[in-house]
Amino acid sequence: MNRWSRFNIASIVIGFAFLYLPIVLLVIFSFNASKLVTVWAGFSTQWYGQLFRNQALMDAAWVTVRVGLLSATVATVLGTLAALAMTRYQRFHGRVLFSGMIYAPLVMPEVITGLSMLLLFVAIGFDRGFWTLTIAHITFTMCFVAVVIQSRLASFDRSIEEAALDLGATPTATFFQVTLPVIAPAVFSGWVLAFTLSLDDLVISSFTSGPGATTLPMKIYSQVRLGVTPEINAACTILIGIVATGVLIASIVSRRQQIQRERDERAAFAAG
Amino acid sequence: MKSLGSIRRSFSPWTDPSSKPFISFRNVTKRFGDFVAVDDLSLDIYTREFHALLGASGCGKSTLLRMLAGFEQPTSGEIILDGQNLAGIPPYRRPVNMMFQSYALFPHMTVETNIAFGLKQDGMPKPDIAERVTQMLKLVKMEQFAKRKPHQLSGGQRQRVALARSLAKQPKVLLLDEPLGALDKKLREETQFELMDLQQDLGLTFVVVTHDQEEAMTMADRIAVMAHGKVIQVATPAEIYEAPNCRFVADFIGDVNIFDGTVSRAQASEIRIEADAGFAIEAASSEHPSEGAKAGFAIRPEKIRVGRQVPAGSPVNAAEGELWDIAYLGDMTVYHVKLNSGKVVKASSLNAVRAVEDPLGYDQKVWISFDRDAGVVLKD
Repeated sequence: MNRWSRFNIASIVIGFAFLYLPIVLLVIFSFNASKLVTVWAGFSTQWYGQLFRNQALMDAAWVTVRVGLLSATVATVLGTLAALAMTRYQRFHGRVLFSGMIYAPLVMPEVITGLSMLLLFVAIGFDRGFWTLTIAHITFTMCFVAVVIQSRLASFDRSIEEAALDLGATPTATFFQVTLPVIAPAVFSGWVLAFTLSLDDLVISSFTSGPGATTLPMKIYSQVRLGVTPEINAACTILIGIVATGVLIASIVSRRQQIQRERDERAAFAAG
Repeated sequence: MKSLGSIRRSFSPWTDPSSKPFISFRNVTKRFGDFVAVDDLSLDIYTREFHALLGASGCGKSTLLRMLAGFEQPTSGEIILDGQNLAGIPPYRRPVNMMFQSYALFPHMTVETNIAFGLKQDGMPKPDIAERVTQMLKLVKMEQFAKRKPHQLSGGQRQRVALARSLAKQPKVLLLDEPLGALDKKLREETQFELMDLQQDLGLTFVVVTHDQEEAMTMADRIAVMAHGKVIQVATPAEIYEAPNCRFVADFIGDVNIFDGTVSRAQASEIRIEADAGFAIEAASSEHPSEGAKAGFAIRPEKIRVGRQVPAGSPVNAAEGELWDIAYLGDMTVYHVKLNSGKVVKASSLNAVRAVEDPLGYDQKVWISFDRDAGVVLKD
């Protein structure tokens, strides 16, 4: 069964090509010496230099990072609380409705989320800019965090919380000393997910940002409409690099933990 | 004076009317929706007692323990601990600690920090904590594992850490929820005796929940047999075994033969039952059913003799039958005797000598017999 049949090899090649060929092309052309995006004229890193001298692009990047950090953090706190409420209180009135409403934004068309946020901000007379952008990002990333943490909590052994209470820890102390440390990995991956989603969001950002707060995806999109430049390719390559590194580190860390854990458990049971 | 079973220690505050119970459940009821988990239950537990709550799953024993720990609130009734009504006191302010069935060790902490957790919550000074932790580790013989995390320990080691953690705060009462359920048989037997010694040495009150009757018999001073949210009988292991107060208890603990019949004579301390199995039973009894009433006679297999000779006194407390099955278990042999009436009776005898001349064999005609104080009369 372990033999590589031609069919399997072909499926893998086609599958991966389908997924990564466009990205690979983008990365390659970011090192193109020519100004023409589709014509290769030798290797160069000049676009990266130019990218960092492009003030408008750098400003947009800075806005994106700030929005991302802030919204991911707030969304993680809110999402964790929502997930706790959903798993802990199984019998409150309107639980089904509430859980449905938490998941709705996952499948809601972004245009609708964006538009409704815009209407809200206009209705209450909130000037659009950095803060409206952040609030909108918190709104749509929160449900993703809630989903990630809720799935962790489903397998959470509640008797350790009872043990903490039994040993004299108040409910608050129990949460910070026992619950949170145990679900920390899920909270962290929820944060990373929220940050990544915020980083590359275009649609909702377009609806909710104002003149002073343009995000990187918005900036890239507006520049591309005037024609793709190698500079944009360079910006995208950096973004891909950041995201890929993050994902790689996260998966290596969790894999290592798992291997260590398995080894420990085997050793413990062998020792009897 | 004759007494039931062996005496483990001269400890019986429950027979002394002047002694005050340490824990009192008074008419406690707990409902979960329509389900009644604990039904108007009253129970007294005394200081330094090793008390077992024994019953099948769903009998309400765990709920009772969780109400004592403070994780559930009684629907009605009250729980008194050392003169204090526990109503409304949250688990983190109760002077009891619990050892959980799953051990519930904190996975992100080492053995040491697990044990120190409760002490830290009380704001104990650091040097004192360190000293107490060392003491606890020594108590459960886990000194060399202090820096390990729970997942680096075997099941037996985890059980010890859980025990040390629940004892660290020196609680007035230790609650144990199926403490040995996750251990294999051999380890379980060893640990039973360790727990008993520990309880004696520390002078604590233990309340243990278990579904394993052997475990309860071995460890407990008294056992409360529970079913359907009620306590059926509270007594010492010997009394539970030798003098069950009803069919349920007789049947639940150990093996038993129950002969149903009609009472034909009921005098001061003696009762005669015409058994449906076709012979007469004359037994000493504290129960006094009226003549003509239905009654049962419960007798343990080891109290029935099996032999080829017609016993003296036959046909009272004796019946003829044929050997149906023989199970040789090493230390003893269990016989299934099919009486002439068709009823199958279980009898066991200790193999105290190695070689027996002409041992009993299959399909032989045999007599069973027993003494008049060998069993107990159960009212219907």
